[in-house]
Amino acid sequence: MSRSYDILMVGIGGQGIILASNILGEASLIEGRSIRGAETHGMAQRGGSVEGHIRIDGKYGPLIAPGTADLIIAFDMLEALRYAHYLAPGGNMVINSHVVIPTSVFMQGATAPSKEEILARLGSGRTICLIDADHLAEEAGSLLAQNVVMIGAASWSMPIAAESLSGAVGRLVPKKTIEINRKAFELGRAAGKRCKEGSKET
Amino acid sequence: MTTQYLLGNEAIARGCLESPLHFVTGYPGTPSSEVIDILRSLPERDYYIEWSVNEKVALENALAAAWCGQRALCTMKHVGLNVAADPLMTSAYTGVTGGLVIMSADDPFAHSSQNEQDSRCYALFARIPCLDPATIQEAHDMARDAFSLSEEFSIPVIFRPTTRICHSKGDTILGERVISPRKGEFHKNPQQYVVIPAHTRVLHKKLNQKQPLIKKALLAKGYNQARERGRVAVVASGIAASYVQEILPPDISFMKIGAYPIDEEWLGEFIRKHERVLVIEELHPVVEEAVRQVAGCVPVHGKKDGMVPYEGELSTMAVAGIMQKCGITPARSFPETVPAGDLPGRPPILCAGCMHRPVFYSMRKVFKDGIFPSDIGCYTLGLQLGAVDTTICMGASITIASGISHSGEEHEVVATIGDSTFLHAGIPGLLNAVYNGARMILIILDNRITAMTGHQPNPTTGETACGIATPPVSLEALCRACGVAHVETVDPYDLTSLQAALKEARERLGVKVIIARQPCVIIARRAGIRRGRFQVDPDTCTECGLCIKFGCPALEKAGEKAYINDLCSGCGVCAQICPSGAIGKEVKR
Repeated sequence: MSRSYDILMVGIGGQGIILASNILGEASLIEGRSIRGAETHGMAQRGGSVEGHIRIDGKYGPLIAPGTADLIIAFDMLEALRYAHYLAPGGNMVINSHVVIPTSVFMQGATAPSKEEILARLGSGRTICLIDADHLAEEAGSLLAQNVVMIGAASWSMPIAAESLSGAVGRLVPKKTIEINRKAFELGRAAGKRCKEGSKET
Repeated sequence: MTTQYLLGNEAIARGCLESPLHFVTGYPGTPSSEVIDILRSLPERDYYIEWSVNEKVALENALAAAWCGQRALCTMKHVGLNVAADPLMTSAYTGVTGGLVIMSADDPFAHSSQNEQDSRCYALFARIPCLDPATIQEAHDMARDAFSLSEEFSIPVIFRPTTRICHSKGDTILGERVISPRKGEFHKNPQQYVVIPAHTRVLHKKLNQKQPLIKKALLAKGYNQARERGRVAVVASGIAASYVQEILPPDISFMKIGAYPIDEEWLGEFIRKHERVLVIEELHPVVEEAVRQVAGCVPVHGKKDGMVPYEGELSTMAVAGIMQKCGITPARSFPETVPAGDLPGRPPILCAGCMHRPVFYSMRKVFKDGIFPSDIGCYTLGLQLGAVDTTICMGASITIASGISHSGEEHEVVATIGDSTFLHAGIPGLLNAVYNGARMILIILDNRITAMTGHQPNPTTGETACGIATPPVSLEALCRACGVAHVETVDPYDLTSLQAALKEARERLGVKVIIARQPCVIIARRAGIRRGRFQVDPDTCTECGLCIKFGCPALEKAGEKAYINDLCSGCGVCAQICPSGAIGKEVKR
């Protein structure tokens, strides 16, 4: 039985995970491959922790089991740690190097782990690529393009051609933002390449 | 024919268009809402479509269109079917002329629901067919074919996708949209449409006579299939069938159930060929009960012997665990994992600038020992702010409040309900409370939209599902017409007026209504309303933390000082809370 390539995207409602999932789906269609996805919709999105499951070459159910994701794309470091146990041994993580502290932490006077603590807890057994997606998205022209930056950065790990991914970006983003998103994809891809070549944070 | 990567609900909408479709009604509810949202936003609509005021209203409208010969779709979430249960049960008797498909979306694990009820039970109860898709492609195909099934047997059909169908995505093969207009025509037939006892007894008999034919037809259509491969069998339904298929070993027989009622003869024949059978389904043991009735001496594993949980949703991994417990080795194993412990949670939260937050804040200030029944909507999140004490079902904030008041409980009862929920099921409760002399305050949180499910318009919005302008209903006039003498409308961003209105209402007898009105902040942003952001002057900030306790996601701590981040929408409520005047409008430098 041929295995699917399983990608878990995690972040906070409003960060654009649904569009990112659609881009991966469209890219798979461009390559004539089957795909399954599942994501958080509805009120759970309102600033809450959200997840998007994408199974390239998937033919059955859409949900990825803990310990079996080939790739985790995390839009927030705290969410990366929350879902890190989903990663399969030898899997990759591409993480946006920012933390949005949950409002409840401030309200309760509690503390959230710092970036350094999160990195330490993510441990050395995983291949991690930290990307400053907020900065790269702004460089591309809009903070909203951070989801496309993340896909660009993670494109090195996926079994999908970069041309298919950028083609899907062109098909799915609003017309007047195509240029911004193309640039966001390229900046993300370049940052991901620096990771691949051994730089820790780009 | 094209292949597209579609959300389950979009695949369902596209399937209906291939039927063809003439009439669409529904009330929003996760995970069902996108079907109508997609159908109402298509540029070319050759069908009538409405967001109805509630599910009973929606189903009765759709039933009428089906009586007039049109193909009608009615969508809702599972608990909406409770509201529509009254017309549902008797529509099975009257039957239909045009196809009537009732999409009732179930929510195993209650991702966004108050319970985990199983719509298949309603289909059994009403004795009507139920289609239960296992994949998005099947959801598309079943939605397309359900209308002709309904017409073939002149009976309403329940179409029951679950959250993991509605809100999953997959590559879906689409056919051509079919445009085939049918003008509605009502042909009088009192024996069918007037269910007086003499008529309904005959109709009930006819309904029962249809059953064996329906069972055979569903089997012939291939919704229920079986493959004999060994001495042990797994039977699965809905999306659980997809989970099973991913990990089914080659020597285990497999039966997939996608439609009800199940033909018992066919089922029994298959089951009795095996030494042991495992039934895997989400929620109620509908298939398992059918299997047990025909199994004879074949042992059956499932919910009733504790192998499969009654509650929650399944997954491929959960199914693997169940198989293992039952002595079947799954084709794939899953590792044990440990999630990172003690991380701060990130639950959903009311938006920055949401009008509900200052109302909850003020309720807590004015009614320190108050009892706060609430309702279904974004504002149920007021639980986090200590301002929601009960939530049970649509409209029940008002009736629970009046019931508490009549019980002799002496604390002030202050109920909250949204505009859409009030119109859905709140009005009879308010009428009843006034009529029977309850003492309570009702706050209508009026943001002029059905926000939680994705901003569907309702009668307060001033436009229909298709964007056609309509006169917005006056909540003030409605409440007064119910007999409420004290109706006050306030701006929830104006804390002084809001709290003064609450204090005044407290002093009065009977049922008092306060309408707090501001547009949903998401809609306001989309409409281009920019109020300008606020900022904290760190030199004036005394680090008292009162603004932080307000719980707005735009307020953070930078060190010990408050800080306003770029989520700020400019409502200005925090500036009114700050006792030292440290918060003011942002000054551009």
